[in-house]
Amino acid sequence: MEQQKTNRLEIMKKLFFSTFYLSAFTFGGGYVIITLLKQKFVDELRWISEDEMLDLVALAQSSPGPIAVNGAILVGYKLAGLPGVLISVLGAVIPPFVILTVISSFYTVFKSNMVIKTILTGMKAGVAAVIMSVVFDMMTGVTKSKDPVLVIVMIAAFLANYVLHINVVVIILLTAAFGAVRTVLSQRESPHGL
Amino acid sequence: MVFLQLFFAFLQIGAFSFGGGYAAMPLIKAQVIDTYSWMTIENFTDLVTIAEMTPGPIAINAATFVGNQVAGIPGALVATIGVILPSCILVTGLAFLYAKYRSLRLMQGVLRSLRPAVVAMIFAAGLSILIPTIFTDGSIRFAADNIHFFHILCFAGALVALRMFRIGPIKVMIGCGAAELLFTALISL
Repeated sequence: MEQQKTNRLEIMKKLFFSTFYLSAFTFGGGYVIITLLKQKFVDELRWISEDEMLDLVALAQSSPGPIAVNGAILVGYKLAGLPGVLISVLGAVIPPFVILTVISSFYTVFKSNMVIKTILTGMKAGVAAVIMSVVFDMMTGVTKSKDPVLVIVMIAAFLANYVLHINVVVIILLTAAFGAVRTVLSQRESPHGL
Repeated sequence: MVFLQLFFAFLQIGAFSFGGGYAAMPLIKAQVIDTYSWMTIENFTDLVTIAEMTPGPIAINAATFVGNQVAGIPGALVATIGVILPSCILVTGLAFLYAKYRSLRLMQGVLRSLRPAVVAMIFAAGLSILIPTIFTDGSIRFAADNIHFFHILCFAGALVALRMFRIGPIKVMIGCGAAELLFTALISL
């Protein structure tokens, strides 16, 4: 009992500081924060499996609101239920709230600062590298599944999103429908299989 | 009452912006400029720049900034709560349903197909950050004046640091920013 209590406290602390830290240092919007959440909770702490993290990302993307907040809510719920949600939302919201409150009082100075602009330009190359590195690992996961249909889904979703600029929510709904139909059909073919 | 207006304006933004911060921008503009005239269009352009230049989710940055400009820190608080409240309710509900039904065979089938699609969309997001970084005019055109060689070096260096030396992602990103500053200072000497 005592052991469980300390574990829970430990999880809450990790949740708060992880979301706080990621929110405070991540430029460039939701996808970057989601990528970092994956690095932290899947690769480093191993509290969430890679497959489950991808499910959470799909849910975060297809819900309204900031993707980073949605991601924090899902990870928080998964690890510690409702208190986890509260803690991780607070962690994700406090840094931008404080930073923007400070900046909004002297934003003309901030906006024209060349040093800040230069640093931010350089950081974009690093942000791209972080995302690409994580994507590489996840793509290897998909090709290792030895299911050619999943590879085709991946390529089709990429083209739909990047080339045809189809809305993310539409892509997720269509893929979900495809997955449902495929599951029903394969169950009909081999009722004992899977 | 300005606090209620702020709250409901950002509640709508939080409830109807699908697909992250950039998708929320037109909604924010509609509320902040067209409906309530809290800002001029120049102020709004500043807001977009600042929201992108500062860390954290763009919608929260925008809510805090507008709230502060309109009604000080209490205004910022009200607007921020408004923008995250729909997520808190809806996404917590989804998290509950996911935990309950994820082991159903149909649900497994749906999620199995969704995963590669999610990977593809994260890849697309990465490309849309990488390409304007490497190519000066933002289009894939291989001419010496259009390729930013230093950014390619940064990108490659960052990949090596991440994959071979296992350096943390935030350190790598800050390192790239510092490298750019040093490089700019050196060539302007």
